Amino acid sequence: MITLKDMKKVFNAGKPNEFTAVRGVTVGIEDRKLTVLKGPSGSGKTTLLSIIGCMARPTAGRVFLDGRELTSLPERFLTGIRRSTFGFIFQQFNLIKGISAIENAMLPAYPTGRPRAEIRRRASELFELFNLGGKAEARIEWLSGGETQRVAIARALINAPAVLIADEPTAHLDSILSREFMDIMASLKREGMTIVMASHDPIVYESPAVDRIIEMRDGGVVGEVAS
Amino acid sequence: MQWFERQRNIIDFTLSSLLRRKGKNAALLVVYISVVFVLSSVMFFTHAIRREASLVLQGAPEIVVQRVIAGRHDLIPVGYAQKIVGIRGVRSAKVRLWGYYYDAVSGANYTLMAPDQFSHGEGAVAIGSGIAQSGSYEEGTIVPLKSYNGTLLSFEIKKILTGASELVNADLMLMAETDFRSLFGIGPSLATDIVVEVMNPREVATIAAKIVRLLPDTRPIIRDEILRTYDSVFNWRGGILLVIFFGGVLAFIIFAWDKASGLSAEEKREIGILKAIGWETSDIIVMKFWEGLSVSLAAFLGGITLGYLHVFFASSSLFEPVLKGWSVLYPDFRLVPFIDPLQVATLFMLTVMPYTVATVIPSWRAATVDPDVIMRS
Amino acid sequence: MRKSTVLFITQGVLLVLLLALFVHAAVATRNAASRLEASRSMVARLGLTDLCLFTDARYSRHPSMADLNTAFQDYPMSFEHFPSGSLVPPPPHLRARTVGSAAKGGR
Repeated sequence: MITLKDMKKVFNAGKPNEFTAVRGVTVGIEDRKLTVLKGPSGSGKTTLLSIIGCMARPTAGRVFLDGRELTSLPERFLTGIRRSTFGFIFQQFNLIKGISAIENAMLPAYPTGRPRAEIRRRASELFELFNLGGKAEARIEWLSGGETQRVAIARALINAPAVLIADEPTAHLDSILSREFMDIMASLKREGMTIVMASHDPIVYESPAVDRIIEMRDGGVVGEVAS
Repeated sequence: MQWFERQRNIIDFTLSSLLRRKGKNAALLVVYISVVFVLSSVMFFTHAIRREASLVLQGAPEIVVQRVIAGRHDLIPVGYAQKIVGIRGVRSAKVRLWGYYYDAVSGANYTLMAPDQFSHGEGAVAIGSGIAQSGSYEEGTIVPLKSYNGTLLSFEIKKILTGASELVNADLMLMAETDFRSLFGIGPSLATDIVVEVMNPREVATIAAKIVRLLPDTRPIIRDEILRTYDSVFNWRGGILLVIFFGGVLAFIIFAWDKASGLSAEEKREIGILKAIGWETSDIIVMKFWEGLSVSLAAFLGGITLGYLHVFFASSSLFEPVLKGWSVLYPDFRLVPFIDPLQVATLFMLTVMPYTVATVIPSWRAATVDPDVIMRS
Repeated sequence: MRKSTVLFITQGVLLVLLLALFVHAAVATRNAASRLEASRSMVARLGLTDLCLFTDARYSRHPSMADLNTAFQDYPMSFEHFPSGSLVPPPPHLRARTVGSAAKGGR
């Protein structure tokens, strides 16, 4: 359970281009549910997502993870928690070119000091799960859109996180791949994963897998729909 | 153990990253190794020769007295030796007969010498292995030499000098005193120079000063000066070596500059991605450190090993065109492998540190970027 | 094999090779003692003053015996005639202030 209390995020504070991305938001993310942050671009949903995922710190307000306050933890500890608790899928997937698909998936686990053989095994399992078995050694550039998407998901899951965070995951996908994506999300949720997504794509927020939609506009929460 | 596994994982990615630009990085490594090879070869070669000179020339004469006329070295009267012996502190003063013989057929210059004791008698010569090799001479061969007035004198090769290093005797040709004088037309009252032995080695400089006062047209050269001549041979500060040295330093600067001039946009983006997926600032720094170290360390180890093999196993054969110059006779540079650990350490510092530092420092900025930057762009 | 393993093995082999060469240097230096002694005694016996490094010019064959004239050729800044001249500078005692000052105090 992730809780944000009066969370505010300001960029470039004190400078001429000061900009408030999120204004005083209080929200709780429930475990084992799929929550969607819905809203137009500029509504602050990406920023909110990054704070939920411990990728950034709030300018004001507090962040709690399972009752434990994270707001003022040193970067070292925060990164450790982030690495083991959260998995990220980015809008542009952001995979590293020139290295193999499976190495891309293994990257988040490298600094953990786990033996490489173990990491490799986990990555292979995930690749099997997502029907990427034969593509393990292929370069990212050679993969299709759907395959790239699934590699990105595998990468997000390599450290067996409890929470999956996805930022506009279907922005560069066609309808079929978008629906496929939501199917994968549904099955992950069934296995106990908590999922938080930011999206303005109807295929995402109208999917039956979604449990709750938080509507955002101009940096604040304007509404909530539970389904 | 965990720390070690973490290093290995990061190194795996570093190497994958380097292998993406296989051609460029391979070329860089080859050039880097070559630069270290040349510098270390020169380093080993010059140090070994200087050490050998300082050891071998300990046997050189304590004082050599030359006669100087109009600024040039000229033949010295034999009578000067008696005068020198009369100086207090001098143990002996003996004349030396030596000079250069140019063999028109081969184009080689020989150093001809009539030593104090020549056991093979008149009409015979003893030659160094360099002469034997260049003229394909053997013991028993007859060698014609052209005398000062154009007549040909024949000598039989009675011995080829062995035992001592070629650096000492490669171009030597020894003969009897009478033969030497007939060959060069030098009368019995003149000699090339005079070697002086003193009773107390600490008095050498004083006695040299006395010799000059007694015989003002002479110039004494003491053993200390002979030894110091070889300390400055192959000096970094002049000629070809200066060019090589600067070339090497320039190469290192260029390599480090390429790294130090900062990361490309692509590299910055990748670091952003790594930070976003969970790598810490320290992980990025470690990665960059290994990137710099693996290239420069390989270059150092490879280059210096090749340099050693080149100088001490292959007689510095790649330097032959430079060292040989216009010489026809060229000694086989089979050097004793004297090594200066300080020089090796300096080369290590020069090779590895600037490059590694230049790889790590510019990445510091990029490594400290916030993990969410990649999401915002 | 893992890439990092390859790196460690390569660096390790190179390092071992280099150390072996240093051991070779130590051993060979000791074994060369007799040859060095033979060279030194030949130098002493014949009264030699220079090593035979270059045989193309007098002042590079016997640099310690060179006089001012041969060191500076036609005039002090004249171009070097022989390649070996750029490797062998005029001896220190010639570069001292005046000829013959070499004898005074051994400079």
